Amino acid sequence: MNAIKSQIKPLLGDWLVLIASLIIVIFLFQSLWVREPASKLKIRLADKVIGTYDLNQTRELHIHGPKGEAIISIQQGKVRFKQSPCANQYCVHQGWLSRAGQVAICLPNQISLQLMGAKSPYDSLNY
Amino acid sequence: MTRSTIKTTTQDHHIAKLTALAISLHVLEAVFPSPLPGVKPGIANIVTLYVLTQYGFATAAWVSMLRVFASSLLLGHFLSPTFVLSLSGSILSLTALFLAQFLPKKYFSVITLSVLAAFAHIAGQLLVVRLWLIPQTGVAYLIPIFALAALFFGVINGLVTYKLIRINQ
Repeated sequence: MNAIKSQIKPLLGDWLVLIASLIIVIFLFQSLWVREPASKLKIRLADKVIGTYDLNQTRELHIHGPKGEAIISIQQGKVRFKQSPCANQYCVHQGWLSRAGQVAICLPNQISLQLMGAKSPYDSLNY
Repeated sequence: MTRSTIKTTTQDHHIAKLTALAISLHVLEAVFPSPLPGVKPGIANIVTLYVLTQYGFATAAWVSMLRVFASSLLLGHFLSPTFVLSLSGSILSLTALFLAQFLPKKYFSVITLSVLAAFAHIAGQLLVVRLWLIPQTGVAYLIPIFALAALFFGVINGLVTYKLIRINQ
């Protein structure tokens, strides 16, 4: 019964495997969970792309949708719906977007914002 | 009534006993709820690892495969997606163990075998999920969680098996 009390002694290879596994897990978290900051903004009205804008600027865009004029504010790397004529205001409440792959869609007014990094995480996005 | 003509050897009895133990652990584990489908300790793998080190790869493969089929029949999962996940995980896990048994025993203990088997198991499951069940890239988001769980439970199962081997020496 002395064996129960005996210490567990992992061997050299065990430590190497454990360290390698830990590095792989950390690498997986970093590569699959952390999204790169966005650099470009694509605005769509219904299914038409009405423009691609650089995010590194401070600017307000006035877009006319079926419901009226929406104000989209770009501010040094982030963007938001500042004002929208829609009833539910979901797009406005979504707040600032700054990471590649994020989207804000205003269904009533048919305007959508899509943020893009160096490479696009999605192949396509249909309104 | 005719007598059974199947001749069973002592090794068959041995495999049957060990498989029964593995099945009971598998079914016991199924009782406990999991925070995320697929994140399970996999304590039945302790039996597979123990058998591998004590009786060799062939016996371990028998015990592992019989356990997967018998447990799915008991739990009512046979031929369901759950069963296919369990099967693919076990096949890849056994493949990893087959390769890992050639590692020098001087430097690699059963802890290494356990960790490698756990990673292979989740890789086999994710492969089925990606190719058949959820064929889209969103699955990638869950990979880090599964990998972390595999590492955690792989180490724990490895330590338990390590102790078991020591006690029976």
